[in-house]
Amino acid sequence: MTRQVIQAYDTVIVGGGLVGAAVACGIAATGAKTIVLDGGDHDFRASRGNFGLVWVQGKGADFPAYARLSGGAARQWPNFADELLETTGIDVGLQQTGGYDFCLSPEDWEEREREMSQVAAHTNGEFEYQMLDTNALRERIPQVSAEVLGASYSPQDGHVNPLYLLRALHQRMQQLGATYQSGQVVQSSSRQSDRFVIKTATRSFHCERVVFCAGLSNQRLCRDLGMHIPVQPLRGQLLITDRVPAFLPAATLQVRQTREGTLQIGDSHEDVGLDESTTLDVVTRLARRALRIFPHLAQVRLNRAWGALRVMTPDGVPIYQQADEHPGAYAISCHSGVTLAALHAREIAGWISSGAQDPLLVPFSTRRFDV
Amino acid sequence: MFKLLDSSARQVLIELDGAEVSVPADISVAAALLYLDCLPLRHSAISGAARAPFCMMGICFECLVEIDGDRDQRACQLMVRPGMRLRRQLAPAQGAGA
Amino acid sequence: MSGFDYQLLVIGAGPAGMAAAQTAARHGVEVTVIDEQANPGGQIYRNVDASPLADIGLLGKDYVFGRQLVQGFRHAPIDYHANSALWYLDSSGELGIVEEGVHHSARAQSIVIACGAQERPMPFPGWDKAGVMTAGAGQILMKSAAMVPAQAPVLAGSGPLLLLLAWQYLRAGLKIRALVDTSPRGVHWSALRHMPSALAAGDYLFKGLQLVTAIKRARVPWYRGADNLCAEGDERLAAISFDCSGKKHRIETPLLMVHQGVIPSTQVTAAAGCETEWNEAQQCWHPSVDDWGESSQPGIFVAGDAAGIAGARAAWLSGQLAGLQVARQLRRLEPVQRDRLALRIRNARARHLSIRPFLDRYYRLPDAALIPRDETLACRCEEVTVAEIRALAAAGCSGPNQAKAFTRCGMGPCQGRFCGSTVEQIFARETATSPQQVGCYNVRPPLKPVTLGQIAKKENQNE
Repeated sequence: MTRQVIQAYDTVIVGGGLVGAAVACGIAATGAKTIVLDGGDHDFRASRGNFGLVWVQGKGADFPAYARLSGGAARQWPNFADELLETTGIDVGLQQTGGYDFCLSPEDWEEREREMSQVAAHTNGEFEYQMLDTNALRERIPQVSAEVLGASYSPQDGHVNPLYLLRALHQRMQQLGATYQSGQVVQSSSRQSDRFVIKTATRSFHCERVVFCAGLSNQRLCRDLGMHIPVQPLRGQLLITDRVPAFLPAATLQVRQTREGTLQIGDSHEDVGLDESTTLDVVTRLARRALRIFPHLAQVRLNRAWGALRVMTPDGVPIYQQADEHPGAYAISCHSGVTLAALHAREIAGWISSGAQDPLLVPFSTRRFDV
Repeated sequence: MFKLLDSSARQVLIELDGAEVSVPADISVAAALLYLDCLPLRHSAISGAARAPFCMMGICFECLVEIDGDRDQRACQLMVRPGMRLRRQLAPAQGAGA
Repeated sequence: MSGFDYQLLVIGAGPAGMAAAQTAARHGVEVTVIDEQANPGGQIYRNVDASPLADIGLLGKDYVFGRQLVQGFRHAPIDYHANSALWYLDSSGELGIVEEGVHHSARAQSIVIACGAQERPMPFPGWDKAGVMTAGAGQILMKSAAMVPAQAPVLAGSGPLLLLLAWQYLRAGLKIRALVDTSPRGVHWSALRHMPSALAAGDYLFKGLQLVTAIKRARVPWYRGADNLCAEGDERLAAISFDCSGKKHRIETPLLMVHQGVIPSTQVTAAAGCETEWNEAQQCWHPSVDDWGESSQPGIFVAGDAAGIAGARAAWLSGQLAGLQVARQLRRLEPVQRDRLALRIRNARARHLSIRPFLDRYYRLPDAALIPRDETLACRCEEVTVAEIRALAAAGCSGPNQAKAFTRCGMGPCQGRFCGSTVEQIFARETATSPQQVGCYNVRPPLKPVTLGQIAKKENQNE
């Protein structure tokens, strides 16, 4: 089939999830003529499985640069949320009153304390946290069961509505002039003289820059341009309940209460390949754990359960990669599209637009996987 | 809004919004509320819109009512019992996450 | 039967489920039936052998016919569980059932899904107001509570069920305030080309004629070709308005009963991973099944209206076919025996199916009815308007699931049963394709309500 040639895009962004859409906002804002090529309505979409946390605690305990990166991104969130509200009218529901991660066993507690102190060390104390025992915890959240040993708490954590965030980013990027096309799955990419040629089933896109934000497809797609992006799926199942009277003053890693009042309960980490299905045993386990922490929720109805595939790099830390052989081609892979959203829209978009090296991003290149 | 074809049918006493009322026996709670012409049944948690039973077969979730202290029960799926305490969920549901 | 809790699990005790269960049991299969209601019969034969009515003949011969079916079912060697709802089913075959408030998980060697149909959503401005109810709701109130409207009701929409309701109300001695018929004038002529095959099911045509005659004889104000239906009122319905024959009409009424056809309930089959296809003639989704009713998932059968709208008598027959094939697969029946028994059933069923092309064409919804006006609520549960969905589709949103993510449309407790069809049509119109290409909402558990506490306490502990 002859393909319709489409000219004159400065930048093609492959993937319209939380990462692609955020990057598109930043790049379109510079005036670059940008198009976002998105998959179909039934494709794997990690963004629709995101828990919605703005989360720094525990991140980068073994990777100092990541600890600093996360902290910086989280600090930008209030300003970023305001910007989205002002420009799109969409309130992404940011609540950044801190976050709790419950400790259900002595091992949890020990491991958590270690992680927290390491992150604090890596960030020269910028990362703040407290280890709360069961009494201190229940002074803050009375509904927590006495069975819970305690929790780690960081005042810098929070949560948003990840779906509204995606919607806001889509609206913002289109406002800023980016074109959006869904149902355009990229089949191949190549470099021809001075431009990149990105091909889907029915179109060819020519551009000066291409940014791959295609989740699990990045591995296959980036090979064409000499980038090795090792990502693997890791399934997480989630539960959402019907609306419940407000009781949670902040986000927690196990249960969070949305602006609408519903409870989101997570989550699992399953190595099952490209399988998004729910399983009854995990759904049961999640319900049991939620009730172990908050016994008063026994009468609350399950509204839906679903599974989604996280995009996991080998060390769980993001990849920000520029192609060695083809300057102008970039790949971004991460599983924290919410926490890092402001970073992606601002600093990362800036790095891509400038075409220069950014020393702060060097630790995140795939070179770290070369042994 | 609805009447019995046979007005001599057996009745039972239940409590609705704190008041004792007589309704036909062996019918669903939703049917009883329609018999009492007790509309609207609730106000939605989203906009406060007034709602009432719609499908009577358990799939629309409009007929939600508080029964014996349990909120959001589908009235069309439960039968009236003597002494049952019904409360319509008329005020908008209590606040969502802060 | 190692590894399975049930040899054959039948989901639903309407005509199809009862037939499948009895047929399989007759050939020695161990059958378990679960059904949400307190009595067998499904919606069509609801309460038929436990009726509060002094005379069930009020509702017509077709309803009365169901009595013998239910009684036969009650006396068959079947493990029947009333008040049991299937809330979980995945493509690995894992089942979750809540019975009288207690959850247990299970696996079945064979499954017959016979969960029937639902009314096609009929959205229009004000359809969510207190006092607007479905025609099916009216029938359920008659069948299960012997209740009818206290004042002359207004009926609106199209389809045989709406006429049946009118006829039943008239027999009960009610007056009908108005029949606001939204099927466009003129479409009836195009249905005539299906007349020859329809004549094979002449009794259906005759019954239809009887309904129409009775309604006319009672001088029910019948507004044909009506459109622009709107419902008005604040805390409850006060009046409706519509256009008909170039004039605007307004009728004050506290009760409006609406209907525009029935569509298969597809949640259970979708959850099981059964392939689903769009039927353009019937304007609805149904699972793909072979001529025994087996779906694309081996060992999972779909019988009755859940496989495609064909009515109660056809459902009874298709249930028998599924039951025969299950017996064959479980080695209780030789293929030759099975085929001999099936022949008679297929002939009978063919007769009932011959009316469908005519009915489908006659009652086909016009485009205007498929996409309501902008201010209409597409999603009742989350109060999302048609305008909002249309704007997303126009901006290139990838489809119903993305729209759901962006607006909460379809995230309410009804699980998209009342908004899915509207959203699919909006996207189909916007992309100039059909629902087949647009696709539908991903189905998520729970299929029926269940609490965290019910899930957490399992009956068979193997954690």
